[in-house]
Amino acid sequence: MTDRLLEVRDLQTHFHTRAGVLKAVNGVSFTLERGEILGLVGESGSGKSVTGFSLIGLVDPPGRIAAGSSIRFDGQELVGLPQAQMRALRGKRIAMIFQDPAATLNPVLTIGQQMTMAVQAHGGGGEAAARALAARSLTRVGIPDAVARLDAYPHEFSGGMRQRVAIAIALLHEPELIIADEPTTALDVSIQAQILAEMKALAKDSGTALIWISHDLATVSSLADRVMVMYAGRIVERGAVADVLRAPIHPYTRGLLDSLPALATPGEKLAQIPGSTPSLLALPPGCPFAPRCPRASEACRTDPPLVGDAQHGALCHHPLEVVA
Amino acid sequence: MTPILVAENVTRRFAPRLTLGDRIAAALGAKADRRAVQAVTDVSLAVRRGETLGLVGESGCGKSTLGRMLAGILPPTEGRVLLDGGAPMQGGHKTTTRIQTVFQDPFASLNPRMRIGETIAEGPVTHGLIPRRQAARFAGEWLSKVGLDPAYAARFPHQFSGGQRQRVAIARALAMRPEVLVCDEPVASLDVSIQAQILNLFLDLRRELGLTSLFISHDLAVVRHVSDRVAIMYLGRIVEMGEAAKVYAMPRHPYTQGLLDSVPKLALGGNASVTFRPIRGELPSPLSPPSGCAFHPRCPQATELCRRERPALVPRSDGTLVACHHA
Repeated sequence: MTDRLLEVRDLQTHFHTRAGVLKAVNGVSFTLERGEILGLVGESGSGKSVTGFSLIGLVDPPGRIAAGSSIRFDGQELVGLPQAQMRALRGKRIAMIFQDPAATLNPVLTIGQQMTMAVQAHGGGGEAAARALAARSLTRVGIPDAVARLDAYPHEFSGGMRQRVAIAIALLHEPELIIADEPTTALDVSIQAQILAEMKALAKDSGTALIWISHDLATVSSLADRVMVMYAGRIVERGAVADVLRAPIHPYTRGLLDSLPALATPGEKLAQIPGSTPSLLALPPGCPFAPRCPRASEACRTDPPLVGDAQHGALCHHPLEVVA
Repeated sequence: MTPILVAENVTRRFAPRLTLGDRIAAALGAKADRRAVQAVTDVSLAVRRGETLGLVGESGCGKSTLGRMLAGILPPTEGRVLLDGGAPMQGGHKTTTRIQTVFQDPFASLNPRMRIGETIAEGPVTHGLIPRRQAARFAGEWLSKVGLDPAYAARFPHQFSGGQRQRVAIARALAMRPEVLVCDEPVASLDVSIQAQILNLFLDLRRELGLTSLFISHDLAVVRHVSDRVAIMYLGRIVEMGEAAKVYAMPRHPYTQGLLDSVPKLALGGNASVTFRPIRGELPSPLSPPSGCAFHPRCPQATELCRRERPALVPRSDGTLVACHHA
């Protein structure tokens, strides 16, 4: 049971801009077991991608992980880890898949060259062995005729196939953790369904833990065991997928669900959340959702307490339904 | 309901533009690739007065090209588009102001150097719908109709969020009092909570103004929510068209079925309850579409007949049109 792979405590990632300090990630804590699929959901600017980048040590200046943050990966502290050691870990034990596969792959190198480089960066032996490993990895993600495709350039692949290549690269070293940042957002639904089906099977077969970052509650819920909902840099609700969807505690989660046309009667008005997400530079005091919240009161001007329990909890003064 | 906007057998080809080098090479005997992309092939449909027709499909299926032809922005290569019996387009130029369009990207569709009040009033003033001295009051009224503060009229597009800009784009289109509104992916670039606001605005305005509209989107749930009828496109052709409620409840074309199965549903029973049934394979290149039924290489029910003969779009007992040999 205590097969803990990742423990994040009070993660704060701040961007020091001329306009002030922007707290993109503002006190995020969670744990992840080996082989678990965790969904991270939020709208633009909620800090979900920056959380992913922080975990893999890819936050560029002016961004900085603030002192006091802790990311323990398999017992090892990653915050403050020297670049060389982080590089040894990245791509080998922790891999990342990005939204835009066209930007992930180098357009002037063949897929085979890029993949053998990725293998050899972590001491993967000779050229032939590296190519064989690359071909196996491509086959695993459903690319037909993998050996021949190694000599193709990224532009010769469709968007969906390119994303498969990116996934194949992430899988090369059988990492213990894969962070996927909106990996199917740029794809058509029929291709998205293929990728989701394959990711689910791969995660189950390989025992790799997966953090799936997305704005889409439906994709996350079909893949993840647990889900965390982010708003303005904080995790406002977390729990098992079925619990969070069926009985959300936080009014923001409720609002998000009610906004979905899929759950509404066609032609009826959707229950919308008024207003828009606040600027991270000018957050209201207390609960950042209060200005848009139908249940807000005077109390919401102070930091909201944690309600619920370890299985299903939220940060809210006026929760919808506390699961005792 | 009488049809107001009609497409008759419209086809649109995009021929590759040959560079000077290509033409010299061709003159010297080299083979130039002159294959044209046929984005839309032989589509006929009618938008009825007062209805919302949803147009769904994946990237490259021709839905935007068809939308642009219906809006009179793009001339069809073959066939014709009729608005209320007359052509909305002559000699490659739009001749009517009775159709307006809302585009996907509110960052690209608003002039960054114009105050939004001017943006909204420009069309109506130019076309003599209102006198110039009333422009400011007119723009203010439209801003409040789309849920923005009339005082914002003096602001520039960069001072607004994506959702607010889309409201401005809707106000600009509707300020012309069009008879038909073409919406091309109007909510695709917006966050879920903002998307709901814009869809609600669309539903309100549609009822208030009695709008007729063509609503183009790749998002099946969004289209279902706003449409009376839907048309599903695949590789330049309509494969199924009918009342939205019927098509969604009982899709007949294997592509429609596969598409509806592919949409991730909220897993209220947890992720273990979800099984994916994706359509196999990928969209074929429109440069060399498959023989017969364009969907046959991906279709689980395909037979020799599908490879040989293209099925016609024919009405079924309940009025839904389907182009499939086996449905």
